[in-house]
Amino acid sequence: MLDCGLDMTSTLNFLPLPLVQSPRLSNLPGWSLKDGNVFLDKELKECSGHVFVDSVPEFCLPEYVYVPFAVPEWKKGRKPMKDVVIEGSSKGGEFETELIDLSTVDVILISNYHCMMALPYITEHTGFTGTVYATEPTVQIGRLLMEELVNFIERVPKAQSASLWKNKDIQRLLPSPLKDAVEVSTWRRCYTMQEVNSALSKIQLVGYSQKIELFGAVQVTPLSSGYALGSSNWIIQSHYEKVSYVSGSSLLTTHPQPMDQASLKNSDVLVLTGLTQIPTANPDGMVGEFFSNLALTVRNGGNVLVPCYPSGVIYDLLECLYQYIDSAGLSSIPFYFISPVANSSLEFSQIFAEWLCHNKQTKVYLPEPPFPHAELIQTNKLKHYPSIHGDFSNDFRQPCVVFTGHPSLRFGDVVHFMELWGKSSLNTVIFTEPDFSYLEALAPYQPLAMKCIYCPIDTRLNFIQVSKLLKEVQPLHVVCPEQYTQPPPAQAHRMDLMIDCQPPPMSYRRAEVLALPFKRRYEKIEIMPELADSLVPMEIKPGISLATVSAVLHTKDNKHVLQPPPRPIQPTGGKKRKRVTDDIPDCKVLKPLLSGSIPVEQFVQTLEKHGFSDIKVEDTAKGHIVLLQEAETLIQIEEDSTHIICDNDEMLRVRLRDLVLKFLQKF
Amino acid sequence: MRSFPSPRALQARGPECPGGLGQAAGPWPSGRGQRAVGEGRVWQHLPGPVPAGAGQDVGRSCILVSIGGKNVMLDCGMHMGFNDDRRFPDFSYITRNGRLTDFLDCVIISHFHLDHCGALPYFSEMVGYDGPIYMTHPTQAICPILLEDYRKIAVDKKGEANFFTSQMIKDCMKKVVAVRLHQTVQVDEELQIKAYYAGHVLGAAMFQIKVGSESVVYTGDYNMTPDRHLGAAWIDKCRPNLLITESTYATTIRDSKRCRERDFLKKVHETVERGGKVLIPVFALGRAQELCILLETFWERMNLKAPIYFSTGLTEKANHYYKLFITWTNQKIRKTFVQRNMFEFKHIKAFDRAFADNPGPMVVFATPGMLHAGQSLQIFRKWAGNEKNMVIMPGYCVQGTVGHKILSGQRKLEMEGRQVLEIRMQVEYMSFSAHADAKGIMQLVGQAEPESVLLVHGEAKKMEFLKQKIEQEFRVSCYMPANGETVTLPTSPSIPVGISLGLLKREMAQGLLPDAKKPRLLHGTLIMKDSNFRLVSSEQALKELGLAEHQLRFTCRVHLHDSRKEQETAMRVYSHLKSLLKDHCVQHLPDGSVTVESILIQAAAHSEDPGTKVLLVSWTYQDEELGSYLTSLLKKGLPPAPSGGS
Repeated sequence: MLDCGLDMTSTLNFLPLPLVQSPRLSNLPGWSLKDGNVFLDKELKECSGHVFVDSVPEFCLPEYVYVPFAVPEWKKGRKPMKDVVIEGSSKGGEFETELIDLSTVDVILISNYHCMMALPYITEHTGFTGTVYATEPTVQIGRLLMEELVNFIERVPKAQSASLWKNKDIQRLLPSPLKDAVEVSTWRRCYTMQEVNSALSKIQLVGYSQKIELFGAVQVTPLSSGYALGSSNWIIQSHYEKVSYVSGSSLLTTHPQPMDQASLKNSDVLVLTGLTQIPTANPDGMVGEFFSNLALTVRNGGNVLVPCYPSGVIYDLLECLYQYIDSAGLSSIPFYFISPVANSSLEFSQIFAEWLCHNKQTKVYLPEPPFPHAELIQTNKLKHYPSIHGDFSNDFRQPCVVFTGHPSLRFGDVVHFMELWGKSSLNTVIFTEPDFSYLEALAPYQPLAMKCIYCPIDTRLNFIQVSKLLKEVQPLHVVCPEQYTQPPPAQAHRMDLMIDCQPPPMSYRRAEVLALPFKRRYEKIEIMPELADSLVPMEIKPGISLATVSAVLHTKDNKHVLQPPPRPIQPTGGKKRKRVTDDIPDCKVLKPLLSGSIPVEQFVQTLEKHGFSDIKVEDTAKGHIVLLQEAETLIQIEEDSTHIICDNDEMLRVRLRDLVLKFLQKF
Repeated sequence: MRSFPSPRALQARGPECPGGLGQAAGPWPSGRGQRAVGEGRVWQHLPGPVPAGAGQDVGRSCILVSIGGKNVMLDCGMHMGFNDDRRFPDFSYITRNGRLTDFLDCVIISHFHLDHCGALPYFSEMVGYDGPIYMTHPTQAICPILLEDYRKIAVDKKGEANFFTSQMIKDCMKKVVAVRLHQTVQVDEELQIKAYYAGHVLGAAMFQIKVGSESVVYTGDYNMTPDRHLGAAWIDKCRPNLLITESTYATTIRDSKRCRERDFLKKVHETVERGGKVLIPVFALGRAQELCILLETFWERMNLKAPIYFSTGLTEKANHYYKLFITWTNQKIRKTFVQRNMFEFKHIKAFDRAFADNPGPMVVFATPGMLHAGQSLQIFRKWAGNEKNMVIMPGYCVQGTVGHKILSGQRKLEMEGRQVLEIRMQVEYMSFSAHADAKGIMQLVGQAEPESVLLVHGEAKKMEFLKQKIEQEFRVSCYMPANGETVTLPTSPSIPVGISLGLLKREMAQGLLPDAKKPRLLHGTLIMKDSNFRLVSSEQALKELGLAEHQLRFTCRVHLHDSRKEQETAMRVYSHLKSLLKDHCVQHLPDGSVTVESILIQAAAHSEDPGTKVLLVSWTYQDEELGSYLTSLLKKGLPPAPSGGS
């Protein structure tokens, strides 16, 4: 299975979880059906024309697209490698039952820390018993993201868990977007830290370019994808086939190690997903806009709120900040980074030197911390806190800039700041994470006076980079989600916002089984040296030699070995009574095929040399008939066949057979 | 027609004519031998006064391995005990007239200790080598600093000429390619290397070198038990043809580390308690950090107030490296580093020269480790006269150094200017080197499951003991080459070829369980084109080569006395064969003929004798055995017809 991301957009349908009792949120009016039925008003609340579920937020579990690779052999081995499943990012469509039985999944490959958020649901609740592979930074930072999520949700326990609205008959009657939410019955509450720890303990750490053997059948290798610390693309290959899984890759120079493109070459199939969600926005431009808005707000005495994840783009923003802070006259403004994992995230970023871009690696060699946020912290320009409670309340000064989560604005310290600053037009909230629609995120806070700026920074591949990459890498086939094969619905005329390659990409949709267009022809087999010694090659054509092989096949753990055939067992004397059946030859012992043709004149000469006389040759339509009159034997020789017709004289037949074989090649 | 040379035919030549190395005999992709060449004096054990613990930070590792036609140099160490030519390995052993770059495919450095990398700038810049040099990230970071330090002491302090320069160190490091643990690095199309964690010091790695199906593992220095700041060495069951392992502690099963540590702490504590000063000469990286962590935790626990210092510059900087490369330390440190970075010491402060004269107790870590120059020697001279003070040597000292002299019991030292220094302070030796002991070496051999083992970096007698133990326990051959000796190992690699899935499936479909009594044979044709080897079914081979099959058919006339009609004869043949050939498919066709598998039998009347019938038995060459069998069987005649048949 390739990745297991969590769809957190489902949380947008829920009311925010305030850290401090919020009178505004708790006084929102209940929503009732048009027929006046009020039984739903405990579960549903209305805010500025939008309806929200007043409950513990729930997440939409991953959907799967099933791609059976044409590898039936894998199923025959002792430990079969079953199927490869690609997490679908598409939405919509109807399906009721689970598409696959996760207990049949042997391996999960993780491409980056955002793509593992559903892992505890899978490892703890589905019967999955396989292995998960991920890089060390992916696991460490993934753990931080999960820890933050669990912490955000657990520290504000909410008694109510709404379920009435999920009833199909009722959901139908609800206003959009609740009405259109999919698979609501499968939505789940957040996992616990215990489940997170247990899930993470099932991960095997791997490094870039490490070749990992799976059941002897395939080898998987993570490669740097350039998107985030430890983010990887994966190569899944056997000796003769290669599938690349490219997910969440970036060609921009940010903090992670650059993307490894060269190793993706010669792929039979390239599965492409995790492209930028904002193909029209240029990340560099967005960073510029981010800082000009930030500076403007602060200069006017307002506060800036940046809803963000605790790792990733924030490192780059802090680095830009470090360069920008003095020239923009912001050195007196406090910058706060609030997250239960803020400290860990900042510390962890400094120890993954080997996963960073070259410039940062060089710094470590000096030895200096690779990220300048170490200096920001040392000089007290950046302060970090686990939450708004405790030390932060003493240090808090305004105007200020706050980086905090969660970007969905539904839980985390960000809820508090939205409530606190939302009423003043001096303040600004700047959205940098592209995962959530900012308008939907803001909906439960309406009406808002504060300024809202949307500067999504998504460094993943855009369509121009994709076509460049595909030209460079030249896979035989490209497989991608359906959305990438057509322009986005909102910009239907933008034909440049889709994948353009030859042959056209094969697209997959939710709940669709896709057969990949390659046929496996060969597999590796080892010929033991003793057997190799006994082979007799002959040159058939210049540069091409042949050898017939008769050997015993041994297969163990999907590895095949050819061993020399055993020596024929010598008859063990007359102790045992011989039975007739002992003589019956095993018809499975096949003789080689023959090829070539027999030149009649030379054949006749050979016959004469071997003592045959009275040879007569007759021409026929297709060849010749050689008559051995004395022996009443007739040999029909044609281009592609020889027929020896004789009386039952075995000695003679065998002699003739061997003479004929001298002219033919064995295969 | 030509015959295949055996894949085991090897050519290995002495170091005098390296041009012939690895010439593969035959068309096989990897039918080659391999050798490990001991560079002259490489494995020379240095006689020292200290029975155990010798060898650390000394000696000079440099091993040449030829495998599958590739030449790889393992480590490029210098010798601390010499100040002349003998300091560096004699690279003319590798090649006399050719360029090193042409001869060597790559150089691998296992860790940053100078006895493993000290000759690198000399080798690459002065002798001349432009190929790739592989090492881990921490080694790449720390190695140039140690080299520069070494250069400074040699050139600036001792005034040696003909030494490499700072610029040479920089140029040399430009040739370095950093590798991560477990990353498979493709040096070229055939040669790949992979690093494994080795413990020992920060960034130390063992390397697997692989060409085709042949591989060698070189351990460098390693430690099989985790210590306070590093983890234990680990390798997977990679089954190399050869494991080259260090054997510093070939016979020792070391006493528990805890005892040594307690001993150390006790001595330091006692000295400090009575107001004495403790000098611990160390090399900047490695044991220094281990001992710092040890003292730091002890001070914390015992609530001691006496100051601990480490000499400025290098050691302080070294701690930074440990902080930034924390992923290379042990599990515990990695897990807790966010709450508390073990390398941010509370009690250990940077040393200033003036502090040496401060009254009262103190502990000072100072470089270098053998008291042969620098700050450690300066402090030593200041403190040597007071019997309250103590010097603890935590590592081995090379002959000629002050450290060596005091450890061998000298109490009066002649310093420069005929000045005599009388030593009244206590002198202690304590082994804290992080090498695997005999148990650890055996453990590693068990982990990797090599076909053979080669011992280096140890003393001949001890190695002999370990060699026997390894041969007994693992039943693998074990080598301990003398200096400069070449070991040639025959290998018998199997030949990887591609088998067509059709053929493989056909074979596997006939039953997966191999029958020991009646092994089934797989028949196919191996097509060899350049280095591309494919095993396909005979039919496919013919088809691919555009050749037509030539069908060879036999038809034998078998005469039978039988006056009945042809159809009845055929019927009798059918029932006879049916009863006899139970495992075969015998059929009686509507047209009157009988088939056994694909062999056709027809009965015809004899043209002259009505009492005789002629059976025509017809088969192709592929059914030769069965056809031949049937004719001889039928020749014997048919059993009497069942009653009522006539």
